[in-house]
Amino acid sequence: MDVDADDIFRDDEDDPDAQHSLLEDESSKEYVVYLVDASPKMFNTTCPAAEQDQNDETHFHIAISCISHTLKSQIINRSYDQVAICFFNTREKKNLQDLNGVYVFNVAEREFLDRPTARLIKEFDHLEESFSKSIGSQHGVVSGTQENSLYNAIWAAQALLRKGSAKTVDKRILLFTNEDDPFGSIKGAVKSDMTRMTLQRAKDAQDLGISIELLPLNHPNEAFNVSQFYADLIGLEGDYLVDFMPSATNRLEDMKDQLRKRMFTKRKVKSLKFTIVNGISIQLNSYALIRPTVPGAITWLDSITNCPLKDLLVQCERTFICADTGALMEEPITRLHPYKNQNITFSMKQLSEIKRVSIGHLHLLGFKPLSCLRDYYNLKPSTFLYPSDEPCGQNHYCSTVSCYGCHWSLHQLNIKNAFLCGYLEEDIYMEQPFGFVAKRSIFFAVGIVSQGTDNSMCIFIALHRKMIQLNRFAVAFGGSSSRPQLVALVAQEEVIQSGSQIEPPGMHMIYLPYSDDIRLVEERYSDSSGMVTKASDDQIKKAADLIKRIDLKGFSVCQLTNPALQRHYAVLQALALAEDDIPEMKDETLPDEEGLARPGVVRALEEFKTSVYGDNYDEENEHNTGEPTEASKKRKANAEFATKECENYDWGELADTGKLKDLTVVELKYYLTANNLPVSGKKEAIITRILTHMGK
Amino acid sequence: KQKEALLLLLDVGPSMHSVLPEIEKVCSLLVQKKLIYNKYDEVGIVLFGTEDTDNELTSEVGGYQHVVVLKDIKVVDGDIVEALQQLPRGKNDGDSSIYPFLYALTLMLVLDAVIVAMDMLIKKFGETNKGKKRMCLITNAQYPIKESYKGTKEEQVTTIAKQMTVHGMRMESIILRGKLSQDANKGIMDENDRLLNIFSKETSTRLLYVDNPISLFGALRTRNITPVTVFRGDIEFSPKLKIKVMVYKKTSEEKFPSLKKYSDKAPPNDKHATRDVKVDYEYKSSEDPDKVVPPDRRIKGYPYGPQIVPISSAEWEAVKFKPEKGVKLLGFTESNNVLRHHYMKDVYAFLPEPGNTKAMLALSALARAMKEMNKVAILRCVWRRGQSNVIIGVLTPNLSDRENIPDSFYLNVLPFAEDVREFQFPSFTNFPASWLPNELQLEAADNLIKTLDLAPHGQQEVLLPDFTPNPVLERFYRYLELKSKDPDAAVPPLDDTLKKITEPDGDLLLQNRAVIGSFCRSFELKGNPLKKSRRLLGGKRSFSSVDVEGNITAQPANLIENASVKVEKIGDLTPVQDFEALISRRDGPDWVVKAINEMKNKIFDLVEDSHEGDNYPKALECLVVLRKGCILEQEPKQFNDFLRHLCNFCREKKLNSFCDYLASEGLALIPKTEAIDSEVTDDEARSFLVKSESKVV
Repeated sequence: MDVDADDIFRDDEDDPDAQHSLLEDESSKEYVVYLVDASPKMFNTTCPAAEQDQNDETHFHIAISCISHTLKSQIINRSYDQVAICFFNTREKKNLQDLNGVYVFNVAEREFLDRPTARLIKEFDHLEESFSKSIGSQHGVVSGTQENSLYNAIWAAQALLRKGSAKTVDKRILLFTNEDDPFGSIKGAVKSDMTRMTLQRAKDAQDLGISIELLPLNHPNEAFNVSQFYADLIGLEGDYLVDFMPSATNRLEDMKDQLRKRMFTKRKVKSLKFTIVNGISIQLNSYALIRPTVPGAITWLDSITNCPLKDLLVQCERTFICADTGALMEEPITRLHPYKNQNITFSMKQLSEIKRVSIGHLHLLGFKPLSCLRDYYNLKPSTFLYPSDEPCGQNHYCSTVSCYGCHWSLHQLNIKNAFLCGYLEEDIYMEQPFGFVAKRSIFFAVGIVSQGTDNSMCIFIALHRKMIQLNRFAVAFGGSSSRPQLVALVAQEEVIQSGSQIEPPGMHMIYLPYSDDIRLVEERYSDSSGMVTKASDDQIKKAADLIKRIDLKGFSVCQLTNPALQRHYAVLQALALAEDDIPEMKDETLPDEEGLARPGVVRALEEFKTSVYGDNYDEENEHNTGEPTEASKKRKANAEFATKECENYDWGELADTGKLKDLTVVELKYYLTANNLPVSGKKEAIITRILTHMGK
Repeated sequence: KQKEALLLLLDVGPSMHSVLPEIEKVCSLLVQKKLIYNKYDEVGIVLFGTEDTDNELTSEVGGYQHVVVLKDIKVVDGDIVEALQQLPRGKNDGDSSIYPFLYALTLMLVLDAVIVAMDMLIKKFGETNKGKKRMCLITNAQYPIKESYKGTKEEQVTTIAKQMTVHGMRMESIILRGKLSQDANKGIMDENDRLLNIFSKETSTRLLYVDNPISLFGALRTRNITPVTVFRGDIEFSPKLKIKVMVYKKTSEEKFPSLKKYSDKAPPNDKHATRDVKVDYEYKSSEDPDKVVPPDRRIKGYPYGPQIVPISSAEWEAVKFKPEKGVKLLGFTESNNVLRHHYMKDVYAFLPEPGNTKAMLALSALARAMKEMNKVAILRCVWRRGQSNVIIGVLTPNLSDRENIPDSFYLNVLPFAEDVREFQFPSFTNFPASWLPNELQLEAADNLIKTLDLAPHGQQEVLLPDFTPNPVLERFYRYLELKSKDPDAAVPPLDDTLKKITEPDGDLLLQNRAVIGSFCRSFELKGNPLKKSRRLLGGKRSFSSVDVEGNITAQPANLIENASVKVEKIGDLTPVQDFEALISRRDGPDWVVKAINEMKNKIFDLVEDSHEGDNYPKALECLVVLRKGCILEQEPKQFNDFLRHLCNFCREKKLNSFCDYLASEGLALIPKTEAIDSEVTDDEARSFLVKSESKVV
């Protein structure tokens, strides 16, 4: 594996590229089958509408809209994922095994299980209108037949998910239904037989590495009873039944919410060893819960053929040319920095050694009250920490060791080799092979074993609980390979709202700035102005009244979507489908003008304005904008001076005799300034400009 | 761009000697950075508290004793760096002839130094270079004030300060306190503080108190970046109410310098070679790999699922999102609706438009009301015309308690819905009881949190980010300087002072070792491994390829050492690892015995050479691995005898504190339950050290 020398400078955690690969990496893709119950019950049951003027929504509609919504986010964020949409309890049948009552929805130029395409999304959006005609609904398991549509559905889904190895791909079936007892209509031996068979089918699928997840829909007056049948199907037992079951919903928004939470499989960024005190350390995983989403990477195309240029991954070839000799060269491995008229050179090894401070470790330094965590101590998005469920330090097996300057053929137990020669790049990617037994011969693991999972968890929870109780955060030093720095660990209590987790329990790692990163803008400000005044009590009271009026109740981050991204994808979708008009997106980030125009708000605004600005706000504000600033005064003075100076020359004469070039640039600029012309450029350019202006 | 002229006014009086090494480091770092980023800036050095006197004023008008102009103002160069690396110390404290000299050191000396510096700046620049004339005073301000000056000195300070303002000079003062100053007289310090405060007020500059070497390092701004506005204009509360503000960056990461690629192609003796490398990018066609596609035939394609949608820049320009420039209020909300970890990026500061009193008042009123009501404001910001995205940010009040600084706000960028990944994590309450801490453990955690306090009441906060410099950057610049003298210099270790940023403070740990010990013990006893439910932690892909294991990278140096040369003996650097390598060697029968013996000697050495217990943690580490090794190799007697011997030895040598330390850390003999060959019972093992402790007492 060849390592780009620039990697050393790259931020391993927050680099957009790294994030990108994290999300779109082919090796972390998912295959998902959406399995939707299409029985008449799904169409007959409706949910109360969210708002008065809307119609009730059928359960089927809710399921379909959710999937449509998810597909749209999948095509953007995780376009390497493959999806299939499969209905069961249908009149028509279309599936690989030709099973009754199962219909796999698809569009042209696409396999059943394939990456989502613009066309799939578009046609799926219109599916509901034509559903009864083209696919049709029918009752599922009814007495008197041997047909078991749920069994068929799981089997069909399993067949769809046959491709790809379960080791490299996450395979999931997401089951949407409102029937908690699919065999309720039959009795006796037939029922127990069918139940047994169906459960066995589900178990077989799970044994193949496919996870089955349930998204149940509630009847308005009868809750979905998971333990009736599905608990066994998806393999929930005992206590977990209560805790890990999604609560059944009957609202579109809730369902979207749940699906969204399921769409991102949890992936850790890396593992850290958190040393609390000498001898006690716990293993933590870090997760990127909040990272800016950017439009997908661009690909350069040939504008005539619209074909991608060369290889998609390596679109441009870099060549390195020595600026002195013009010789072509290999990518240089030495860096230089000019200093005191010398060129100081560094090897990559030296550079990474400079940055090497306890890499991969988090060292606890102490605790501070939360009030010490000022609002301006922030540089980049935080990282979430949760104790690792793997015992650390033991029986690890090095699968890929990226080494600077060398290539390693990889085989088991090559760790010693890797450490023997060659310089180690910061990160070692670890994989735990199946059936690999720890041996004492891997000497390094033994010395640094820390606590087991339960103990790790116990220590973490104890600190977590007490930090919340005492209102403290922990200060630690984090040895990242790109930027070792101080971090604040803020304990976050779990927040659950209407059955779903809003904030997970754990600690947020906030990256603290160094003194070099903090700018003294307030202090710099003070010397540019005269007196400083603070507001009077009355003015504060008026401000408070205003604040009370313009209150965003229950504001929460991530309520708002990014209008730039929405627009971006709307444009892409329209172009991908060759549609002419691009749908207008509502910019949710604009202020609520109607609300601000309410008389109560307007009154509060006026009162505040009067208390601060007096009666003549408009004049004041106008006046202030009109008042010349330091810079503008200076500019004016300059222009006046130039105009005056300018009069000392006979420009026409100088131009005619070609003597302009004998003047200095400063002199020439008098003319430019006096005549409001740009003063930039070299002398020749200035002379040309003057001549043009004089019309010569 | 105007260059800055900086005069360093350094106190080198006897009471400053202990901190001079730190001052040398930070001042030379400052000059080194200037050599890189502002190489036309000028710097001069004025020392005071010296025995000698050497300045122009003394020869012109007399007086101004004990002030030495070490370097006149000049463009920064290596000479200044070197001068700062070896500041003259003058006489030692122990010298009796020092007293008359000390008597002469009064606060007036600081003022003398300031006047000498002002004089130098005026002579050199006159009225020019306004606002770019800077002085930086570092002193512990412990000089007594001569009675005769009382009453007049305040006037005098005010006069000097006013003069400075007139000449457009600014002076920041760094005053050393706490550990950094000696036997201070409170009265003198207060008096001095009051006088120095006048400077700060009159010239509106910083007056900083620092009480530890790290803060001293961080307090001096080694790189001054002129703030540039991100936005100037209105915050629009409604079309009827707009407040004029200026927005600046408050934080911005100072990055590791980006280095150029180096070409070794030019002959080594070529003095004019630039050594630059040019990088050419070529885009090649997919049909014909040899054909280069010119830039004007390239078009951007955006992926949409498997499709790539081509869009030309012109097309994109026509359809893209184009918000209007401006900053608008969406509303106010409870401050707990926005959590600290939602902050996304570096931080902006919102200040009122300079000279606009009403804007200042309006911001002040809002900031104070928001603070009182615990509210924050949500803003929508588009800083520039033509910007293609918007920012949603949270505005939090920043109340000023200084007379010359107005109230202002900070703005932090918040995530959009698309930026949040709602991973679900198991709730702690659902865990089996054995995973949850018991009362004792909670108590231990409580004590640990309370004792490892970095912001003790009534004292300066430790590791305050505003005063904590970046140790890696310091190392880089120091290495740069070293390399400029010796191209083959090795990478220096982290600076000793700055190393304290990266590791827990040894003193703090030592002071609280009882608490730490009990914390460790309370979590060690427990531990019957539970069968994990994979589903519970949802870690299906726990062997995902992005896993990065910290453990192994942790000590690569040692590992390389261990692996490359077969370990033959236990060295000083990594005795623990050496021991483990030795004892696990299987290429001869004697290694186990050799390892144990070597380790015993090593532990003796550590304990014996210990100075006020500084080696104790290391010795304990060694004992712990020795104990483990002896259990594994079925040699409990070796360990038990050794520990007894060691304790006797310590008692003889009056090193009881080590025994106490071991007891507090819970080290025990190896009982029969751990190694079958042992003759020690559990009780004996546990009480061994405890007993010996009480015996001694």
